[in-house]
Amino acid sequence: MGEMEQMKKEAEALKTQIEAARKAVHDTDMASAAAGVAPAPQVQLKTRKTLKGHLAKIYAMHWSTDNRLMVSASQDGKLLIWDSHSGNKVNAVPLKSSWVMTCAYAPSGNLVASGGLDNMCTVYNLKTPVIKTVKELDAHTGYLSCARFLSDTEILTASGDTTCALWDLETGKQKTVFLNHVGDCMCLSLSPDMNSFVSGACDSLAKLWDVRDGQCKQTFQGHTSDINAISFIPSGNAIITGSDDCTCKMYDIRADQEVICYQDAALNSGVTSLALSTSGRLIFAGYDDFNCNIWDSLKGEKVGVLSGHDNRVSCTGVPEDGMCVCTGSWDSFLKIWN
Amino acid sequence: MTINTLSQDGVQRQQMPCLTKMERMIISMQDPDMGIKLRNQRLLITVIPHAMTGVDIVEWLIKKFSISDEEALHVGQLFIKYGYIYPLKEPRNLILKADDSSYRFQTPYYWMSTRWPASELDYAIYLAKKNIRKQGELIEYEKECYNALHKRINHTWDFVVMQAREQLRASKQRRKADRIVLECQEQAYWLVNRPPPGTQDSIDHGPERRTMNTRVQLNAEFYKKEIEHNRISLARNRVKSSICLESYVKYCEQYQPHDPIMQGCLPSNPWITDDIMFWNMTSETVALPTKLRVERWSFCFMELLNDPMGRKEFLTYLEKEFSAENLCFWQACEDVRHGETAKIPEKVDEVYKQFLAPGASRWVNIDSKTMEKTLEGLKRPHRFVLDDAQMHIYFLMKKDSYPRYLKSELYKNLLARAIVPQETKKSVFPFMRRQRHSSPSPALATQTAEDDGKAKNSNSNSGTASRL
Repeated sequence: MGEMEQMKKEAEALKTQIEAARKAVHDTDMASAAAGVAPAPQVQLKTRKTLKGHLAKIYAMHWSTDNRLMVSASQDGKLLIWDSHSGNKVNAVPLKSSWVMTCAYAPSGNLVASGGLDNMCTVYNLKTPVIKTVKELDAHTGYLSCARFLSDTEILTASGDTTCALWDLETGKQKTVFLNHVGDCMCLSLSPDMNSFVSGACDSLAKLWDVRDGQCKQTFQGHTSDINAISFIPSGNAIITGSDDCTCKMYDIRADQEVICYQDAALNSGVTSLALSTSGRLIFAGYDDFNCNIWDSLKGEKVGVLSGHDNRVSCTGVPEDGMCVCTGSWDSFLKIWN
Repeated sequence: MTINTLSQDGVQRQQMPCLTKMERMIISMQDPDMGIKLRNQRLLITVIPHAMTGVDIVEWLIKKFSISDEEALHVGQLFIKYGYIYPLKEPRNLILKADDSSYRFQTPYYWMSTRWPASELDYAIYLAKKNIRKQGELIEYEKECYNALHKRINHTWDFVVMQAREQLRASKQRRKADRIVLECQEQAYWLVNRPPPGTQDSIDHGPERRTMNTRVQLNAEFYKKEIEHNRISLARNRVKSSICLESYVKYCEQYQPHDPIMQGCLPSNPWITDDIMFWNMTSETVALPTKLRVERWSFCFMELLNDPMGRKEFLTYLEKEFSAENLCFWQACEDVRHGETAKIPEKVDEVYKQFLAPGASRWVNIDSKTMEKTLEGLKRPHRFVLDDAQMHIYFLMKKDSYPRYLKSELYKNLLARAIVPQETKKSVFPFMRRQRHSSPSPALATQTAEDDGKAKNSNSNSGTASRL
């Protein structure tokens, strides 16, 4: 046991040195850097559409790249494809397992994916006359918490078995497995250039991975509880994380550390989801207390609230053209705001 | 999910929604009509009022929520772990038994949400009372705590003993049944908030979850990898925060006009006015693009490349300069990276023939080192084999062709011809309705003063602001 204790100590010592190196480059904070910027106006977004159709809690939603279609997953065992502008349900995909936790829309618009407690990621083709299951990706030993398409041939998944995986959709096999987390992986976000992605887990760490070589490039710490939501900022130079410790944090990738924490003493519930506006200025964070708070990412202040749901806000999403925000909730409704 | 987390600034943050839910259930369990039927319980020779059996609890939960035995037992167990219900016979054993063992509801005073600060002083008084009441009543770990506290807060020990004596004297005045109930309640509280060492502190750990050890072994192998990872991490180059943050601020400011939620959009936001003209005007195949769209191409090279129309324009420009093969090569590499795996070898071969082979029809200019590496990799083609070459050409275009394109007549003409959409009026009914907008940004009003250069844009924008 002595040897392992030694190694543990060495790992810890290196960590302390890393912290020191990080501190050394931390020559200013966001408050000073953004001092010259005018504060964001108090944002009052109204509900423009309420999408009704699910019969149980909505767990996930994802916009299509055409900015009008979106997919939502609910524990009533259905994936619904909405033309959100007209409010019409374009398609309904019945799921084999109703315990769904995530859904994703492929950038091409041809495929959608879902997954959850069945430990599998199921991919469906929307363009065939009848929606068909293209593949069932079955290799994870834990629940599927998040999935994102890179293209029609590759998909990334995050799982409760503490791993993330890159799959080849033609063979249905895992191409790369990303191992490093010691807690359930809860969320992932692709970088704009698609060469890397970040994952957040129950070990309260966010990790940056290289898609090509499967290595964990960077680890970001600071949260004191599970990280439930994560997203790259539009420029790809930083990430925002939301956690059960009731705070959101921004970590800069080049500075390799936390640069600002979005917290409020009055906020006592965990963050379940987050999304960013096109410029990255506004952060829409869904909380357990049924609200979605809007943060000014530069000033670190709350500038608005989206309240209207009768239960926990489980997912948020901003389409590519940044025209609106969509929130999905355990009250079975999706609301579009701007 | 953890109930109690100590954040970096030392603030205790308790997950109130979870406790609120538990307490709502506890209250409905105690409802005189629909709740659990309480009865008197005999504890040795004393009668304890308002007690229930384990079976009562489980059955009530099953009936109320239509759940299975297993789930009811699990939920009931949570109430005991968090101190809302406590066992009478074996108080130290905080488990729910689905038999006729007796349980009682904890008084709200001791509920976790009441946040009665369980301070060292209070714990000391409690232990002192136990000690005085009956010598040897304290068990092992309590004795240790008692001694530790005695050392730590020795200066107030007189106060502790005095308080303990006083509380004991006051309790003697009460009826025996009441006294026993109060003692049970207090004991139950401390058992939850100061659990014996070795047992999991439910407050700090939250609901039980499968521990890491079942999935990730914290063994020597793990630590070896950690050390390696940390070493590489230590050696990484870190950029100063000031530079990173400055670039972030700049990005936000540059993109603010392109952020519809912050600054509205022209002709109108389809979500507000139900008019889809915006989407029509910004579609891929439109004849004339909008000004905002063309301006965005000047922000960075990727913006130009990400827009299919931008790519087309850029290609036209490059053709004039006889360097169109660069963009074509870049696009072909993208196709390899994101396309079907099965087609990769044939695609890579095509690329080689067209762009890389000596004497190729559209030969691209790559430095010899990269060319050598790429040709070596082509022997075993994979998705990323062309990455280095693609990167080289990308930077070539970015540093050379792209800046010149932005200065070119082609681009400037397009920018001049680009449309600034007129704001649409929404008329819902025969009579004119006032236009609805998302709250206009006061920043717009101030921006008109600054942005006199963008005369057309700002006029329309300030129109938006003033209309409300």
